[in-house]
Amino acid sequence: MKPFSHLMKAISEGKFVYTGELEPHRSLDLSEVESWARTLKEAGILAANVTDNPRSDSAISSLVASYLIQRNTGLETIYQLRTADRNRLALLSDVLGAAALGLKNILALTGDHTRTGTTPSSKPVFDLDSTGLIALIHRMVHEGKDLDGNEIKGPRPEINVGGAANPNMDPLEIEVLKLERKAEAGAEFFQTQVVFDVEVARRFLREIEHLKVPTLIGIFPPRSYGQAEFFDKYVPGVRVPRPFMEAFARFKEIGDKQKRSEKINEYNVEYFSSFIREVKREKACAGIHIMAVGYPEVIRPLMESVK
Amino acid sequence: MIITKEKPLQEILGFLKPYKKVLVVGCDGCVQPPRSLRESERMASLIELARSSSGQPIQISATTVSRQCCAEGLQNQLNVEGYEALLSMACGVGVQVLNSVFPSIPTFPAQNTVFLGYEVKREGEMFENCRACGECMLGETGGICPVTRCAKGLMNGPCGGCVEGKCEVPAEIRNWKGEVVQTLKNDCAWYLIYQRLKELNRLDLFRKLRLPKNWGIAGYPRRM
Repeated sequence: MKPFSHLMKAISEGKFVYTGELEPHRSLDLSEVESWARTLKEAGILAANVTDNPRSDSAISSLVASYLIQRNTGLETIYQLRTADRNRLALLSDVLGAAALGLKNILALTGDHTRTGTTPSSKPVFDLDSTGLIALIHRMVHEGKDLDGNEIKGPRPEINVGGAANPNMDPLEIEVLKLERKAEAGAEFFQTQVVFDVEVARRFLREIEHLKVPTLIGIFPPRSYGQAEFFDKYVPGVRVPRPFMEAFARFKEIGDKQKRSEKINEYNVEYFSSFIREVKREKACAGIHIMAVGYPEVIRPLMESVK
Repeated sequence: MIITKEKPLQEILGFLKPYKKVLVVGCDGCVQPPRSLRESERMASLIELARSSSGQPIQISATTVSRQCCAEGLQNQLNVEGYEALLSMACGVGVQVLNSVFPSIPTFPAQNTVFLGYEVKREGEMFENCRACGECMLGETGGICPVTRCAKGLMNGPCGGCVEGKCEVPAEIRNWKGEVVQTLKNDCAWYLIYQRLKELNRLDLFRKLRLPKNWGIAGYPRRM
């Protein structure tokens, strides 16, 4: 592995890293995500993912947004690229474009099926899957070629490629075998789906230790009972531990809005700092991917409490 | 087998509106549910009834051939003399072959050709399981085709949309108006592949990294 990005350099120096997530919308206006990016940067987040048509809801080009956010805020971006909407020619074009613009991280994703999103009438692509995209980027970066052997003229792109992982997959063996494929294809880091249960995270990290791929565990401190319930009920495979749901059910009953937020923030900081301390001990764990974008009140105290 | 679904009668009547003498041509080949002589006669009488009740009578007969997809035999099997149009009960291949073998009159489709598939029991529900992609990988996937049965056609599945062995993409059953009448959950093909290969003690095949498929082979229209 050759670290090109600040993120991968920090990981290779043995630092425990934090990444965040930014979601540009179907709009030209990036001012809101840029302001979140600044907040994340101030909190000490090292890099942030910029989503690509999340949930198959079309949005501004993640390539352009990744570039503008990085340029305008100074926060390094992790350009998310999904294969649902682009064939291998377009993917190569965008990877070269990203490298030319100075982007250094790509998270290779398959993406949700277009039928599940806001434009179900579209023709889905899926020419490659996420593993195939990892293989393509790896070959571009390390061999200067595409998957058909066509050469890239001049300098090779300097990009670190990562993949997504799901510690909640049942049986976990399926996920481990999938990640073995991604590692073989050239994945240099993994970022995981949201995990609430520290046991789930620990078991997962031990099962993939042999891959020697630095892994960032995804967390999402919820701001309300509704958010926690959403993860518990509607996000595929995510289990929220009973005591956590019970605590949030109690907070829901607090009438005073400010008091309720204080209680929730306090609980999140306590719960997730203990979660982070636990997973940090695992060899495969290189950091934490915090997906709670609009929640700076918790991100900074959480990171500080773990130092 | 090739699975077809009968077109709405109104659409067929629309095709045949300018014509007064029509031959319905069935197919004894692989099209399913059967679209042979009996079904062709039924179609002919439906059309006849509709046309006479709307005051535009039609002379319509029915016949069948062994396979509409073989051009060679069709000249001998079918006598189209005197007919102004043909209505094919076969798949989209048959419709095109009849049009090319009998170019002086038009052949219209009575069916929507849906997919290559199978049925669990006779005249039961039909399932798509082959897309004729030209590069069969069933030998590596426990005899379960991910190109067809995974909604994303993944080479390295399952994806994060697999929950409890089911696919996130709903299987929608539509009526002839195109309205969704039932929403089901399909099995995740890669979950089935995992289970099958585990049973066979061949998870080494599941673990194999598969580079993207060569879609150049499946580029259409194809020739052999």
